[in-house]
Amino acid sequence: MANAALAVSDAPDGRLIVALSGRLVADTIPTVWRDALKAVRGAVSRPVTVDAAGVDYCDGAGIALLVDLLREPRQAPIEVANLAPAFHALLAQYDPHNLEHDLDPPPPRRPAIEEIGRTASTVLRDLRTQVEFLGQATSALAAAIRHPSTIRWRDVGAVCERVGADAVPIVALIAFLLGVILAFQSAVPMKRYGAEIFVADLIGIGMVRELGALITAILLAGRTGAAFAAEIGTMRVNQEIDALTTMGLDPVRFLVSTRVIAAVLMTPLLTLFAMLVGTLGGAFTMLSYGVPFVTFVKEVDGIVNFQDFVAGWVKSFVFAIAIAGIGCLRGLQTAAGASAVGDSATRAVVSGLVLIVIIDGVFAVIYFMLDI
Amino acid sequence: MTSTDVTEPIIRVENLTAGYDGRTILENVSFTVNRGEVFVILGGSGCGKSTLLKHMIGLYDVAGGHVYIEGNDIVAADGPAREAILRKFGVMYQSGALFGSMTLLENVRLPMEAFTSLDMEQMDLLARMKLSLVGLVQFTGHLPNEISGGMQKRAAIARAMALDPAILFLDEPSAGLDPITSAELDALIRRLADNLGVTFVIVTHELASIYAIADRVIMLDKRVKGIIAEGDPRRLRDESADPYVRQFFHREAEVAAPT
Repeated sequence: MANAALAVSDAPDGRLIVALSGRLVADTIPTVWRDALKAVRGAVSRPVTVDAAGVDYCDGAGIALLVDLLREPRQAPIEVANLAPAFHALLAQYDPHNLEHDLDPPPPRRPAIEEIGRTASTVLRDLRTQVEFLGQATSALAAAIRHPSTIRWRDVGAVCERVGADAVPIVALIAFLLGVILAFQSAVPMKRYGAEIFVADLIGIGMVRELGALITAILLAGRTGAAFAAEIGTMRVNQEIDALTTMGLDPVRFLVSTRVIAAVLMTPLLTLFAMLVGTLGGAFTMLSYGVPFVTFVKEVDGIVNFQDFVAGWVKSFVFAIAIAGIGCLRGLQTAAGASAVGDSATRAVVSGLVLIVIIDGVFAVIYFMLDI
Repeated sequence: MTSTDVTEPIIRVENLTAGYDGRTILENVSFTVNRGEVFVILGGSGCGKSTLLKHMIGLYDVAGGHVYIEGNDIVAADGPAREAILRKFGVMYQSGALFGSMTLLENVRLPMEAFTSLDMEQMDLLARMKLSLVGLVQFTGHLPNEISGGMQKRAAIARAMALDPAILFLDEPSAGLDPITSAELDALIRRLADNLGVTFVIVTHELASIYAIADRVIMLDKRVKGIIAEGDPRRLRDESADPYVRQFFHREAEVAAPT
């Protein structure tokens, strides 16, 4: 069958004849479409007949071409003639002048000042929601501690595996590399003064007081916080949260408690592990500077006391509650749609990281004031 | 949309065995779908209707057998040959499966952008026309989550029709729709089949829809893991020797064993 073709001619009575022929299908008509439209636009005040006698076949795009010609604003009439009945039935399905009406077009852009105000208001509202949620989660945890039988311990176990055991390799890798890098970076200047041995002090204090808990918390935010948000967010999209609510089950108690408990149980253990592996990373590096392993351990043992350990370890409990809580909150706040789950996961990670910095800062001030 | 010869098989399913995770749901299922007919796959819940559909469109690997679409085996096809087969049909999924970050117009326009050389204005008009066919021309700028579930389904049909495929697979098109919208959808399906020669393969158990649109049905049953009846729905209702089939069409509650 022939490709789409166009022939424009003048009829004796003054009409413009736009003759279409061949197969009017999407693959063949773009040029014919443009040319036909140009011809019709050039004859706004003349009657036009679109002669479709030569049309062998018409797909949706072919019908769209005819509709496009018919909907052109003009002073003189336009008609389609000789179109085969099967294709005419298709053309008749459309009202050419009623294809552009959006019921609810997108709202116009707001002025910048209004956007700033709205964003500030949203941030404040979000802060309030976080405080409210903290209260709800604390209340749910307190209830769980008072009545341990109400907790779904099987779920807690499963979450513990994902939060704790599954995170061991990545925590080990990052902590070890952190120890190695810290040792290398500090050993070079220290060596100038013959003070390589004090690298052990730096690594020991740094890992135990600060970095062990911090690196574990950052990994927890990226891994577990996002996972909680995505998991609960998907439940929100699938109306599972609505189902829990209508069953009379509190989603905070049902979903959040188990996750926060699991995080609180696992994060301190991971932190201990990170402290140990990070220090080992430093010891491993210092072997290349001629500091034997035993000497390194003895130095660390001499400088790091129980108070340092507690100061670092206590943070991990607070980090766990904050990160697991914010992950769950972002999940519960998920809007509709697939992209909403991704947004929730992103927001969980960002909020988690911000909270880590704030909490660490607060601890630093408290320790300073208590002279710890 | 190439011919209206209703006797030519456009789909041939031969000895299809399918399931998930080693569990067989369908065993040695064979049937043909003629060009231009509205073919309905029906059966009780869990009998494998959607499983059959998903294996026919090549979404999952079959455990055995062949699915020929216009003579080409989708099971054996790979690379460009498979892509060529995929372009012959459009699919409407049970949930609609519209892309949430795109407006309805963009959803419908997406296949056109990928597979045609039309201008953006031409594609926009074509997409609007597809949406007007399903009664959604006033919602072209809306995101899927801003419209109802039934409207999402209609938009998904518009997207499936974007490239005027020869075959449309619809998974539960009427489920969740109000009776008027459902009847309008039935009329649309019938009109597209009659006027354009589009072949429809529809999974449903909405009896009203089946009587309104189906040229031919097959009925699946999980106890035999295959087809227990095939033919015109009214004849099956009135004349089938199988009590389970009659019971299904008469909407009787008591469960009878299939023959």
